[in-house]
Amino acid sequence: MSPQTPPTPPTPSHTIGPFYGYALPFPGGPDAAPHAHPDTITVHGRVLDGAGAPVPDALLEFWGPDAEGQLPQQGGSLRRDPVTGGFLGRNGVDFTGFVRVATDADGHWAIRTLRPGARGGHAPHLSVCVFARGLTHHLFTRVYVPNGDPASAAADPLLAALPPERRTTLIATPGPHATHRFDLRLQGPDETVFLEFS
Amino acid sequence: MPEVTPETPPETTRSPAAPLPEQAPVQRELTQADIDRQIARERQAYEKDLAGGAEPRHHPPRDYAPYRSSILRHPTQPPVAIDTRLDPEAVELSSPAFGRTDVTELDSDLTRQHQGEPLGERITVSGRLLDRDGRPVRGQLIELWQANASGRYAHQRDQHPAPLDPNFTGVGRVLTGDDGSYSFTTVKPGAYPWRNHANAWRPAHIHFSLFGTAFTQRLVTQMYFPGDPLFAYDPILQSVTDEAARARLVAAYDHDLSRPEWSLGYRWDIVLDGPAATWIEEGR
Ligand SMILES: [Fe+2]
Repeated sequence: MSPQTPPTPPTPSHTIGPFYGYALPFPGGPDAAPHAHPDTITVHGRVLDGAGAPVPDALLEFWGPDAEGQLPQQGGSLRRDPVTGGFLGRNGVDFTGFVRVATDADGHWAIRTLRPGARGGHAPHLSVCVFARGLTHHLFTRVYVPNGDPASAAADPLLAALPPERRTTLIATPGPHATHRFDLRLQGPDETVFLEFS
Repeated sequence: MPEVTPETPPETTRSPAAPLPEQAPVQRELTQADIDRQIARERQAYEKDLAGGAEPRHHPPRDYAPYRSSILRHPTQPPVAIDTRLDPEAVELSSPAFGRTDVTELDSDLTRQHQGEPLGERITVSGRLLDRDGRPVRGQLIELWQANASGRYAHQRDQHPAPLDPNFTGVGRVLTGDDGSYSFTTVKPGAYPWRNHANAWRPAHIHFSLFGTAFTQRLVTQMYFPGDPLFAYDPILQSVTDEAARARLVAAYDHDLSRPEWSLGYRWDIVLDGPAATWIEEGR
């Protein structure tokens, strides 16, 4: 493709609507960490709308590296069962780096994945893609998982460029048992920072 | 009706007999004419921007009032830009991978997932998954879901009084070929009502979910069928204010793809937006 070729116009986005629930979520979708992996963390939180009400029909996807900062190129997130036409779940050994979770009636979600390792000059984080009924075009954000090294967060190019009050919307709050709290606010004074890639 | 709970804003979930709280403004249900006026206003504003030299807008604005569920669910702060050319290590420049364990052969034929055959018009939908440079996206996951031929989803919350079809679930998936090609066999979905406003109907559509070579290219969208009389009334399709962009959501009927005495063929190519890590692709 020569650099002079004008880019092909893209297919427009549309809302995911309310009825993806029997199509996109899959058994094991929220649980990407291999069984008993010592670097397993839980990340959880709520999705809230501009009135502070829970969003019970959002779908979140997470993509990120393993604990060494390596991005897997490994299938097997949604293994299918050719016998029943159902799902087998993950194999418990391979790490695919891909997580999909739907919110519950309280707008809450929880995932178990590997603590992301740092890459390049970045503080450790997972990429997040948010879909919901009412959202005409998905939203990208990041959840930064603190690794106890304040220098790493200070050096992160995205975090460093944000005003402090907005920066905190991207940083998960550590809790007991390797849990990390991360609420997503689609609109309002504490609105989460959303990203646009070019 | 479908989308009863989720698509109904609080002011219309109230039954007419229920007393309203003192302070609540009494709002009448919006009519199609109200929505048509809002759609026309949004389009005029966009066309004015275009005439003023703005770039064509390929995607719908997230703040699109005629689609009422967007009102409380769109950010008001502009997105923070990340220039991936300055950041080749960005996680978002790579994508989750899917493989042969994730898809079975039957997954792309929605008419063969039950004991019997579904009711409706048997169709195939075929096309290619490309990036903005026209390069095929190979071996990537496409997922699809849709209502049955009567316009009913196999979803508990869909209470549209149209029949469920015991022989149709309406879910499919496939991995693209080396040329980015894909093909599904299914039945043509029906139009269905929803509660965005009084007498609101969605044109027939199939929902698609797509992955690229980079997570930045992730896309969820809907494919329409040519010539549907409901296009003009639908705030979801009209949320794409650019006419040429809207046309890209409509599949083409392709007679060469129709199979004699078997199925009607539609063609729909999908172009993923967003930067991709070209250097990875060239090294393959
Ligand atoms: Fe739909």
